[in-house]
Amino acid sequence: MPVISYREAIRHALAEELERDANVVVLGEEVAQFNGAYKVTEGLLAKFGPKRIVDTPISEAGFIGMGVGASMLGIRPVMELMFWSFYSVAFDQILNNAANVRYMSGGLINCPIVIRGPANGGTNVGATHSHTPENVLANHPGVKVVVPSTPADAKGLLKSAIRDNDPVFFLENTILYGDKGEVPEGEHIVPLGKADIKRAGTDLTIVTYGRCVLHSLAAADLLQKEHDVSVEVVDLRTIRPLDIDTVLASVAKTHRVLVVEEQKPFASVGSQLAFMIQREAFDELDAPIHRLCTVDAPAIYSPPVEAEQLPNPQRILKAALEVMA
Amino acid sequence: MTKKTSATADKKADESAKSTSPSASAAINRQLTNEARIDLFRTMMRIRRFEERSLRAYQAKKIGGFLHLYIGQEAVAVACCSLMGKDDHVITAYRDHGHAIAVGMGLNELMAELYGKATGCSKGKGGSMHYFAPDRNYWGGHGIVGGQVPLGAGLAYALKYKGLKGAAMAFMGDGAVNQGAVHEAYNLASLWQLPVVFVIENNGYSMGTSQSRSSAGELAKRAEGYNMAWGTCDGHDVYDVRAVMDKFLRLAREESKPAVVEVRTYRYRGHSVADPDNTYRAKAEIEEYRRTKDPLLVFQNMLTTEGALDEAQIEKIDQAARAEADAAAEFAEASPFPTPDDIQKDVYWEADNPSERKSQGRLFFD
Ligand SMILES: Cc1ncc(C[n+]2csc(CCOP(=O)(O)OP(=O)(O)O)c2C)c(N)n1
Ligand SMILES: [Mg+2]
Repeated sequence: MPVISYREAIRHALAEELERDANVVVLGEEVAQFNGAYKVTEGLLAKFGPKRIVDTPISEAGFIGMGVGASMLGIRPVMELMFWSFYSVAFDQILNNAANVRYMSGGLINCPIVIRGPANGGTNVGATHSHTPENVLANHPGVKVVVPSTPADAKGLLKSAIRDNDPVFFLENTILYGDKGEVPEGEHIVPLGKADIKRAGTDLTIVTYGRCVLHSLAAADLLQKEHDVSVEVVDLRTIRPLDIDTVLASVAKTHRVLVVEEQKPFASVGSQLAFMIQREAFDELDAPIHRLCTVDAPAIYSPPVEAEQLPNPQRILKAALEVMA
Repeated sequence: MTKKTSATADKKADESAKSTSPSASAAINRQLTNEARIDLFRTMMRIRRFEERSLRAYQAKKIGGFLHLYIGQEAVAVACCSLMGKDDHVITAYRDHGHAIAVGMGLNELMAELYGKATGCSKGKGGSMHYFAPDRNYWGGHGIVGGQVPLGAGLAYALKYKGLKGAAMAFMGDGAVNQGAVHEAYNLASLWQLPVVFVIENNGYSMGTSQSRSSAGELAKRAEGYNMAWGTCDGHDVYDVRAVMDKFLRLAREESKPAVVEVRTYRYRGHSVADPDNTYRAKAEIEEYRRTKDPLLVFQNMLTTEGALDEAQIEKIDQAARAEADAAAEFAEASPFPTPDDIQKDVYWEADNPSERKSQGRLFFD
């Protein structure tokens, strides 16, 4: 199997879907001539031309809203947000229009739009550029939310997202773009709403997604080596739809849960998970459900301190030992 | 006149860099003493040397995140901020180092902020894009394109509300003009006759997109749709920026009328230092600007022609600016980082002032 980067995996998914369906269009700031602010769309303009790969002005409300409108008429726009952080400029279009129009029309309309781009901290770009809005997005029935952690998942999930008939919000990570992994060529599909056990274990379930999967795997290694704790790492991959069954099956095996997420704690994805786990599997639990989040404050700039604000293997290790105590 | 001075040592000085300004004779410029002119030049030089030093620090991995340099645009912030009276206020986007120095912030606190140190102007919390100095009427430093523009209208609203005869300057780039928030701010400013001057620093590009690929029509002329006054000026020429801005600032202060001013300028470096800058514009274009329009070179030539400056003075000003920038880097290097305990400080006013807290319940979560 070819080993390619997360960035290339996304690019391959885009190229294959552009090839497959003439209604797929890629729009966003700097996606065409500049080849993408993070080079995800590199080469697509040369291959598909300016009708399919379109540079937009810095008008997120305008161009995202335009994408939503075009999707109502059967175009399948894949819109790039240079950073998901800029979604707030287009909030109304995303959460009033894309999320609600199907419902308000009594099911007459659907919006097969994908909005994708990076959503992460860890690169010292400060409070305005480090938002992780998966919880805010997933709070809205009508939308789907995807956060891939590996190149193979990124490709397979993006292809599913583009073929999906609902609005799908696809949250990438600038720090993962260069990460490499094996990715099947051609038709590789990962269905939305299917979690993946990234590491099997028996003593503790870590439920996580996105870059925190990698941190959790690193922590799991340390826990095995240094503390003889066997950790199962469940990668949600999709936040909504949520594969709660895979989570519950793991809890039934380990009886202890730690949720790890690059999220502010209040009303996070982990809050929802903790509620569901206690409701569905209360009797399985040998310890209170624990959660490790970003330290509750806007993203600090100072590089060495930001690393401590975010989940990292050492913080995960410490939290895991608290659950095991 | 000799061209080869230290101010231009990093590029080739050229006869074609202009040495006179049609705006030199404007009253606001005529009244400048030689010392005041030299001060303007010195501030431009300090911005240039500060940023060159910060670029080296970035390359040495002392600085994280983004670093958007203002090199090439120095005349704009320096000219605009030189017109500030005690009730005039400034707000800008993330390319904010020049404005910060022009309003009088110290190089030490600015460099320390880039290094993420506790001695930085925002205690290492904001970084390059988020410089603030409310005590100098400087309201930042904002990372979201266009987001600061309504705030600028808000500063003007507050001035008017309080009955103060000041003006707000809200700076933005040529890409920012296409944000909805900017248009809403234009309308509010005109509808309510707010004393604000919207200053478009048109450097020709928003990241890798040229103005013609991003904007329909003339940028400043959009003011007409909102029944606002507008003007343009040459951002390579301190005198011209001062002359034009003076007119609109007076209109704001004295008649509480908003305006849009488009300043034609150019950035010599990539969008940020991460931009290899090799896809969207020709090297020759950058070189041509540097050779003929560099605001430092242009102003230096004007001042030399006027007899206000000589080569020895230029050299001295340059050396002092370099030394000051180096000292700022040493200060930043020697300063401590914030600690993880600092992460949750400066979030809520009430949490930072516990003795005056009125609300109840938990503010922070884990
Ligand atoms: C809402 C929003 N969209 C996109 C960005 C990313 N971005 C930062 S600067 C920039 C270009 C802005 O260009 P311009 O307004 O001309 O200012 P300049 O950088 O030339 O000073 C872009 C697209 C952002 N920070 N905020
Ligand atoms: Mg610009």
